[in-house]
Amino acid sequence: MNPAYSVILFTTASGAGYGLLALLGLIGFSHGPVSSFVFGLVSIVIALGLITIGLLSSTFHLGHPERAWRAFSQWRSSWLSREGVAAVLTYVPAVLFAATWLDIFHAPAWIGPLGLIAATMCAVTVFCTAKIYSSLKTIRAWNHPLTVPVYLAFALASGGALLTAIATPFDRFQIFQVILTGVVLVVLIVLKFFYWRGIDSAERTHTMAAATGLGAGVRQWEVPHTSENYIMKEMGFAVARRHAQKLRGVVYLLCLLTVASLAACLISPWFSWLSAPAILLAAILERWLFFAEAQHVVSLYYGAEKA
Amino acid sequence: MTSLPTPQPNQKKLGLVIDLDTCVGCQACVTSCKEWNTQGYSAPLNDSDSYGSDPSGVWLNRVHGYEVKEEGRDDTHVVHFPRSCLHCETPACVTVCPTGASYKRAEDGIVLVNPDTCIGCKLCSWACPYGAREYDYSHGTMKKCTLCIDRIYNTNLEPEDRAPACVKACPTGARHFGDLGDPDSDVSQLVKAREGFDLLPEMGYKPVNKYLPPRKRRDAVTSAAIALPKGDGSAMDRLFSWADRFLSGKPAGTIASLEDMSDKLEG
Repeated sequence: MNPAYSVILFTTASGAGYGLLALLGLIGFSHGPVSSFVFGLVSIVIALGLITIGLLSSTFHLGHPERAWRAFSQWRSSWLSREGVAAVLTYVPAVLFAATWLDIFHAPAWIGPLGLIAATMCAVTVFCTAKIYSSLKTIRAWNHPLTVPVYLAFALASGGALLTAIATPFDRFQIFQVILTGVVLVVLIVLKFFYWRGIDSAERTHTMAAATGLGAGVRQWEVPHTSENYIMKEMGFAVARRHAQKLRGVVYLLCLLTVASLAACLISPWFSWLSAPAILLAAILERWLFFAEAQHVVSLYYGAEKA
Repeated sequence: MTSLPTPQPNQKKLGLVIDLDTCVGCQACVTSCKEWNTQGYSAPLNDSDSYGSDPSGVWLNRVHGYEVKEEGRDDTHVVHFPRSCLHCETPACVTVCPTGASYKRAEDGIVLVNPDTCIGCKLCSWACPYGAREYDYSHGTMKKCTLCIDRIYNTNLEPEDRAPACVKACPTGARHFGDLGDPDSDVSQLVKAREGFDLLPEMGYKPVNKYLPPRKRRDAVTSAAIALPKGDGSAMDRLFSWADRFLSGKPAGTIASLEDMSDKLEG
């Protein structure tokens, strides 16, 4: 699949934003009003900013962005529509939580429930984003049980690393930020290892024979075009497969670098300024591979023997 | 609404039956489809750089060519394979649509895209295993086969012309249009008689369009060189034998053998 940069930016930026927002909600739930107004404001603005940048960039690849509002209508059947609805709904508890947590609106009793609701909605939205891809039966690498957990883990890991990095200059660094993010990162590395092993070893059961009904002795003879068409550009992307193993290694290294720099935070919290960019870069690279490595069933009509 | 309509008893299922045995790959269906649909429901079907070095465009119907080797035979044959929307009974391209622009008609099962509400997110084309949907970069919307909905119900046309443009254009009668929900219709009978099949049936989208398999090659149709006749010793035969030796520059010999001729054919 062709990795559209707008979609990579959307899923990684909004993922990090939702991860951060969810953690802020949980902090509000457990600790009540924020101890530093400036830290709270900066972290909320960064979380909602990343979410908003991500959502806006998701409209960049649309043919008709001005019609994007229509995407809220088909939540009964479409995960993309559900994702849109969940994303917009999340703003409501998020803004209310921010107002009460920062004590702009004085209602300390509401901080806990609103924080919990905002955190839950963050998880729901990232879940819906992942389901857009994992529900497609036409792409084996996406239609995989670990697709959704990996999306959730990346969101939480990048949100946690961001939280640590933002907390440092405001002197709000806490050991639990490092421990939580570190645990999520270890889970993430394990998930990604099993995901990649799973898609590599999975039997490719769809064949050109079944696609054409012409039996096992079929092969492509003449293509139905004189130059590349939309299907080939969108679904036929295969550049990454050549470098996939190296790029996977880089993702693992960046994740390990994040873990190491988080551990180094116990010496100096400023090491978190290395962790945040490292995990964000890992997320972008992993998301690029997620698209570029995925083979679409339609490739069977264009010469692939199995899919 | 992108939820699928509930099938009714005796549900009408309009679709195509494509005969892979008689299709000669002439592309008449491809061009007639483009011609009709660039001015009809799906209009426009844009091309870009049409006369330049990198032309591309939207086509709702494309003809692939496949080489098929039957088991137990040394030779192969070519099958021309037209591919367009199969108007599936349970299409994922419809249910993934976030806007309701992609829909399946309850009355006849035709799958359409509303060009006025499509946002061009391309998700439907990802959900389709058959590559039936092509994105129009100029128009910003998804395009697909409409089964010529603006022909088949068009009372301005003569009744015999109320069929998809591809079906009307096919010079060998390889394309058939009708109601595949009615077991007594001509197309259903044809599918039954010729053992028509579904593409990628294991994916579960239940395509309405059916394909008829190529018939088995007859033994007489072979690419092996035909054995030359044996000489009968007549005057004429001796003359040809002499001419063959003279022209071959060989001092002696008989009529060229099959192997000799094969060498000449190859070399």
